[in-house]
Amino acid sequence: MSENKLHGDAVENPRLTWDGCSVLLDINDGDRLVFSRLSAGAKLKIGNKNCSLQPLIGCPFGSFFRVENGAQGPYLSRYTPSNEGNSIQEQGDCQSKDELRDNRALVDNNKAQSLTGDAINEMRRQGASGDEIVEALIANSATFEKKTLFSQEKYRLKKQKKYAPIVLLRRPFTRSICEAYLKKYPVRIGFLRMDTLCLLLSMANVSANSDVLVVDMVGGLLTGAVAERLGGTGYVCNTYPGGSPYPMDIARIFNFGEEICKRIVRSPLADLFSVQTEKSKVSSHNGDSCSMEIESNEQISSTAGTEEVSLASENMMSDLIPETTYSVERKSSKSAKLGEKAPHEIFSLWKENGFTSLIIAAPELDTWSLVKKILPLLSNSAPFAIYHQYLQPLATCMNNLQVGKMAVGLQISEPWLREYQVLPSRTHPCMQMNGFGGYILSGTKICTNN
Amino acid sequence: MLPVESAKKKLSFTRCIQDGDLVIVYERYDNMKAVKVCEGSVLENRFGVFKHSDWIGKQFGSKVFSSKGGFVYLLAPTPELWTLVLSHRTQILYIADISFVIMFLEIVPGCVVLESGTGSGSLTTSLARAVAPEGHVYTFDFHEQRAASAREDFEKTGISNTVTVGVRDIQGEGFPDEFSGRADSVFLDLPQPWLAIPSVEKMLKQDGIVCSFSPCIEQVQRASETLRSKFTDIRTFEILLRTYEVREGKMDSFQVEESGSVGSLPCKRRQRLSEGSNEQETTSASVVMARPCSEAKGHTGYLTFARLKCLS
Ligand SMILES: C[S@@+](CC[C@H](N)C(=O)[O-])C[C@H]1O[C@@H](n2cnc3c(N)ncnc32)[C@H](O)[C@@H]1O
Repeated sequence: MSENKLHGDAVENPRLTWDGCSVLLDINDGDRLVFSRLSAGAKLKIGNKNCSLQPLIGCPFGSFFRVENGAQGPYLSRYTPSNEGNSIQEQGDCQSKDELRDNRALVDNNKAQSLTGDAINEMRRQGASGDEIVEALIANSATFEKKTLFSQEKYRLKKQKKYAPIVLLRRPFTRSICEAYLKKYPVRIGFLRMDTLCLLLSMANVSANSDVLVVDMVGGLLTGAVAERLGGTGYVCNTYPGGSPYPMDIARIFNFGEEICKRIVRSPLADLFSVQTEKSKVSSHNGDSCSMEIESNEQISSTAGTEEVSLASENMMSDLIPETTYSVERKSSKSAKLGEKAPHEIFSLWKENGFTSLIIAAPELDTWSLVKKILPLLSNSAPFAIYHQYLQPLATCMNNLQVGKMAVGLQISEPWLREYQVLPSRTHPCMQMNGFGGYILSGTKICTNN
Repeated sequence: MLPVESAKKKLSFTRCIQDGDLVIVYERYDNMKAVKVCEGSVLENRFGVFKHSDWIGKQFGSKVFSSKGGFVYLLAPTPELWTLVLSHRTQILYIADISFVIMFLEIVPGCVVLESGTGSGSLTTSLARAVAPEGHVYTFDFHEQRAASAREDFEKTGISNTVTVGVRDIQGEGFPDEFSGRADSVFLDLPQPWLAIPSVEKMLKQDGIVCSFSPCIEQVQRASETLRSKFTDIRTFEILLRTYEVREGKMDSFQVEESGSVGSLPCKRRQRLSEGSNEQETTSASVVMARPCSEAKGHTGYLTFARLKCLS
């Protein structure tokens, strides 16, 4: 209600796209997910066609687009899906008829379709829309009428996806980014499932004005997810043992404004400790590692670059990797400047207060030795959450924390997530599920000096 | 929850416990209690009598002792701890469902969220954390007493600036018109959620998301059917947490004797044996083992999400 709020909403949570905005394109109801940055020059390949993303600029998130054939070739055009819903249930009155039908007479021999590929191409040349082609395919299918309603719908959907693909414009949020990566590139995010990720955020009490310490070996997904929750307050400090930071590329896919980007900082673990022991040393030390940082920064972007190329050649992955135009623009774009070296003033604040949350997703580091070292950086009573794909490192860590009386409320949990298909008379759990979401060790740090 | 230090705009756990603070008294992971610190008061439990005056000036996370030498820990409240200690006036949502709802509804700081029913305010507390500091949660329950108790709780946990509780029959009247087109997300935990959906359509911003929590599949079925006309991306999930217990134990290892017989012998006996014949070595290593706890929740409810179609 305050103007302040409306303003804040407009800045950080906009509902329309803009030139340079990062978007998630959902093609054919989740079949393909592509992250892109919108610009006049950006293109998206759908089927064998290259379409400009220009028409998407300035549109509300949630808009649908489909490919139309224009004089200059195919282009994306916004359209409003019919309000009748897209599913079989609308035809509920046919249901009784359906019951009398079954698949016993269906023979699968590819002869059912009399419309040839050439004929379809000819229709295209004459400017037929994708929907018209789908209708023609149905009209020329010898078996369509004999199919059950359910199979008819499946047939229609299959043809629609091929001949009249639909692009849905989405805001990139933690959940869609996590879901997309898990589907296409799970290794990069350490197989972190979205339900596991959101548990980490809750268990670590990530909230506005917190100072969250993260060890993020999941490509920046964790850092980005934390920053999204901070909304331009507090800090997320991405720390790393050794000299080179972990890549944070995924955090750049979020549409973070400048305020949020400023709150994403990084620091070598050693620096956080040097602050702990001796304040005066920090400045000189800082200078050194600053120049080193620049090097490692370059390193990051170059590895990211090679990754893009090699992945693009694999074809399958290219969807999730920002295209070249994207990364070029990203560098020039002011908003994408995130993951700067933690500013000096904040170091002393962290020393004074300690971090208010800790989240670790570091499958390649020994959990217990890392936690033993890092836990003292937390304030007392601060919660933490540690993700791992294997149980044993967490069990050992939990046992040691217990024996050392360093934390209370210790718990190892494993989320289990199941999606359902809900349709009239056909509700059941989805046939495919991701059977394993990893383990989380959570707890609260306590004072160890009494 | 822990107050933000207004001068520094920082959440800080280093602030010492003061008279009037809410603390979570931790005995064991399954035994916690919310206590308002009050200078002259005492807390009495099986470990003895604890004087609140001893707590004042201590840090959160401190161990404090009773007259008998028993001890407890004093923790700063968080929504997760609050969910474990709040007084149950209704069924409540727990962490697995709560965290999933917040992520799937794409709730970020600054969002306006509508909720009904408030119930015991378990979810509301986490919603408030997610929209703070600029956003707001408007939560409605038609049960006057429950709404009043929830308000008291939100006062106690320090989130009343972010949450407004209204008394209203949401199934019958829908959400108030003043929120039309203003909600980023809406959450329903109602017995007949489909009755509230026409109102949800009006309240949501374009592309906004609704979630309905229902224990029964029939409720899900009906809500999904109602959602189909104006929403897309209708998805139903079930989420559960399996917890593990960890134990460190000594395990005797056994050896294959030359005769070929295999046996696991008690340590002492083996030692005695090995004194006689040098052939056998005994090892008794300590190992950390984990297994799922046998007590587990089998079902809480189904979460159905849907996104308002963007038609303009
Ligand atoms: C299960 S409780 C909600 C629990 C809550 N989600 C929590 O986590 O604490 C359901 C609540 O909905 C309220 N309720 C039921 N029908 C309602 C209606 N028509 N309008 C408003 N509230 C209603 C009940 O009074 C009850 O408090």
